[in-house]
Parts: sequence; C-alpha cells; structure tokens
Amino acid sequence: MILSNTEEIPGRQIVEFYGVVSGSTVRAKHFGRDFMASLKNLVGGELKGYTELLHEARTEALDRMKQQAQSVGANAVVNVRFSTSSVAQGAAELFAYGTAVRVE
Amino acid sequence: MADLIGLLILLLVTYLTGRWFERKHFASIRAREQQLAPVVITTLRSVPGDRPVVQAALVTGSVVVSLDYFKRFLAGLRALIGGRIRAYEPLLDRARREAMLRMREQARARGYDMVINMRLETSRLASAASNGKGTAGVEILAFGTGIKLAP
Repeated sequence: MILSNTEEIPGRQIVEFYGVVSGSTVRAKHFGRDFMASLKNLVGGELKGYTELLHEARTEALDRMKQQAQSVGANAVVNVRFSTSSVAQGAAELFAYGTAVRVE
Repeated sequence: MADLIGLLILLLVTYLTGRWFERKHFASIRAREQQLAPVVITTLRSVPGDRPVVQAALVTGSVVVSLDYFKRFLAGLRALIGGRIRAYEPLLDRARREAMLRMREQARARGYDMVINMRLETSRLASAASNGKGTAGVEILAFGTGIKLAP
C-alpha cells in the first residue's frame, strides 16, 4: 500500500479510482494523570509522552485507512490529509483521509 | 506572603530551565538542519526538473511542545493588553523546525532524496486539568511525499 499526499504517485500511473477512504481514532491524553508531562509543562520544551501518544494514534488512523483501501481493492492512497480535533476535554480525534486508487 | 515567594521562586526556576532547554534545543536544531541539508524539502506538488522517480511514499514528523511556566505567565500578562506575544514565537518556530527535521530524518532513513508537497499542521492540546482553558501543548505535524530519484 503506497501512500502519498500528492494528487498522483510520482513515477506511477493511476489506472482506477475508488473514492474516499478514511481512518480515525479518538485518544484521551492522560492529562493530570501523566505526572511527567505536567512537570515538563512547567519547565517547557518537548512533551515526549504526548508526541509518542499522538504519533501512535496517527499511525493507527493511517492503518485503518489502509485497511479500508485494501478492502475496496486499491493498492495506493493519494492526496492523504490529516485532521486533529479536540472532541472533548483531554481527548482528541486523529483523522486521516485520502483517495483510494489502483496504480500502474 | 509565602504564596508570593513561592510564585517568585517558581518563576525564577522555570525562567532558567526554560531558557536552558530552549538554547539546547535550538543548538541541536541548527546542527541537524545542516546535517540534513541534502534532503531537500519543497511545497511544490510535483518533482521539479524531469528526473525519473523510482519510489514515492508518505513521510511524517511530529512534535508536541509546551511553554515553560515563566513564559506562560508573561504571555498571560501580555494577553491582557494585547499585541505581539513574543514568548510564543520561538516556541512555535522550534516546534515547526523540529517537526520538519523529524520528517526529513524519516525520509533519509528510508532512502529518499527529497520531500515534495510538504504541509504543516498545528493543533492545540487543551488541558483537561484546567477545564480546557490552559494550553497543555501545541502539536506540529509536518508531512509530505518522500521521493527517491533515479541515480
């Protein structure tokens, strides 16, 4: 499964379009519970725990999108976009979407 | 009185640690930017020039950063009168550069020569502890399409 955020996969020819595929996950951010992060919030700098959490969540959203693309018979997703929204206090939805295609 | 002294100590300590972390981070960013200079980033949607592309795939880099207590305190004061909040500018600058560096590091690790159609996204993480009012951190995501050119 090839992903790309361009309109086509460079170097490949798109032979079929399957429409929009998407994947999402909602994660709570362990605020208040995560002592290290609240400490780090005082001294400033990177909150590594959150970086990892969001990275994992985004990877999962991408995986779900890939699964959906696979189920419709695509072998690539073009024009991939991300969106992050706070749906509730301390929780965020990570959403990935794109157009499933078959290339070459 | 004890509260005030506590606050002043907290401000002083976080001022020093915040400044130290920021300097260290900027030094590391500058060093890695030089190291990764061969991995070109562009916001163009296609590969400039007409070299054939061997391989292409999505690359991402992200980082969550937060202000130190001292700067947040300053920013809070500044927000009362409005205007430019300098405390936040270096934070967002280093976060963006760090996210782009991580994206380039991923691109290089996978053997790509360049990244096209680079996009940046910023989202604020609301803190649950302060009823969603306080900002716990800001996440910057950099993503693009890694390109491997024909030799």
